[in-house]
Amino acid sequence: MFFTKLKRVIVSGYRNFTRSGFTSIASILIMTITLFVITSLIFIQAALNSSLNDIKEKVDVTVYFVPDTEESSILGIQDTLKNLPEVRDITYTSEEQALAEFKEKHSNDYLTLQALDELDENPLGGSLNIKAKDPSQYESIVRYFDNNGTLSAAEISSIDKIDYHQNKIVIDRLTSIINGARKLGFAVSFVLVVISLLITYSTIRLIIYMSREEINVMKLVGAAKSYIRGPFVVSGVFVGVVSSIVTILIFIPVSIWLGNQMTDFVGINLYTYYKSNFIQLFIIMLGSGVSIGIISSIFAIHRYLRK
Amino acid sequence: MIYFNNVTKKYSNSISLEDINISITQGEFVAIVGHSGAGKTTLTKLILAEESPTDGTVFFESTDIHKLSNKKLTDFRRKIGVVFQDFRLLANKTAYENIAFAMEAIEKDEKEILRDVPHVLELVDLTAKAHLFPHQLSGGEKQRLAIARAIITQPNLIIADEPTGNLDPINTNEVVNILKKINDLGTTVILTTHNRQVVDQVKKRVITLENGRVVRDDKDGKYML
Repeated sequence: MFFTKLKRVIVSGYRNFTRSGFTSIASILIMTITLFVITSLIFIQAALNSSLNDIKEKVDVTVYFVPDTEESSILGIQDTLKNLPEVRDITYTSEEQALAEFKEKHSNDYLTLQALDELDENPLGGSLNIKAKDPSQYESIVRYFDNNGTLSAAEISSIDKIDYHQNKIVIDRLTSIINGARKLGFAVSFVLVVISLLITYSTIRLIIYMSREEINVMKLVGAAKSYIRGPFVVSGVFVGVVSSIVTILIFIPVSIWLGNQMTDFVGINLYTYYKSNFIQLFIIMLGSGVSIGIISSIFAIHRYLRK
Repeated sequence: MIYFNNVTKKYSNSISLEDINISITQGEFVAIVGHSGAGKTTLTKLILAEESPTDGTVFFESTDIHKLSNKKLTDFRRKIGVVFQDFRLLANKTAYENIAFAMEAIEKDEKEILRDVPHVLELVDLTAKAHLFPHQLSGGEKQRLAIARAIITQPNLIIADEPTGNLDPINTNEVVNILKKINDLGTTVILTTHNRQVVDQVKKRVITLENGRVVRDDKDGKYML
């Protein structure tokens, strides 16, 4: 009997959905808008993350060593720092590389190059370029260079300067912008999702309100609550499925357009992003569409099923 | 079968039914007559437990209808077939599906549905229109469909609330004849109406309501208003 009932509920829900014409189209439209908002927010988050990562990538700290510091000593410090939990990447630039880079950078500046030639030896020291896992961690990385046991006194005395202190204001400001943008992004997404959920719920409630007479008739004929509720829930599922397919199709031209027009601005090609995350995005849309459909129907019909 | 014990029903400040004492036995055909607002529909709503009495009790056999749990109420309603003035068919279902739904609701299997539905459609002369939706049927056809839906589950009791209210005399005649036929087969019928033609055609027990009170209860009644 269970499977007979299940079959009847599904068939009945499907018929309600296909025979309700305008009402079904209206709920698909509203649900599509909701899914469109959710997907747009995922796109915006992706673009925001990629821009923030670009900015983060540009933040680093460089430790310059006194010229003639033994290379092995610098490499020793590199090994020690590499094991710190905050450090993501650390690269060594030797004295010779530093000189080559300096010359390269000033290749048009004849005077500077001539002045450099006047010197007998390389005035530049080696350096270590450090990238933290998160911009907020530079402060604590720099603290390792204070005399607190991580590095020996001799190692510390070989350091010429650390450019963190010059860059501190910029790094701090970027860190707070990044964190602020994240929080704002989440808050805006949350509010928009809640609003669109409420709109979808109200629409489904209105549709069920229009069916309240039918629900009454079903009760009078002696149908059990679950048997009355079932077809409405199934219709909700169909609305979710159709809306997610519509949304995923709408986003094909939208993402192509965004990919062509906005890649430079947002720093990520949204069409490529859409293609490579297609399955995941479709699952998210299908999942949200179907669950919104089911939950809204159950809540909306509840009040008509009390006695 | 059904007993009203000192039943009073008030809506906020107006009295709809006052101190009603009626008993209806199995197999009876009872016409409840009265002007609009006399309390006929309230009476049927009390039997169906759509409304609860303000005072008094309504019994079906020996159970107080208004003390039934949700589950038992559903079982109870399955023993009653209802026909309304405004038909109350399911708009999204065809004539066939409307009748089949009533059987599905009480968990009959496919075999019984395939066997019984065509039979009932024939009884109310709607076989040719089985695949039409309610909005494609005439008033009389809709009411015959509603009756078919009410009797398909072989209920002990049929409640027909102004079933002829929206029908012309010819269709009225037909509907009343179908109800009499059902009654002849042993089903109790409660019919509310304010139509003289109907009451005089039935020639059965007539209960007359006026301003929420029973003013007459005649075994072989005539329309007296």
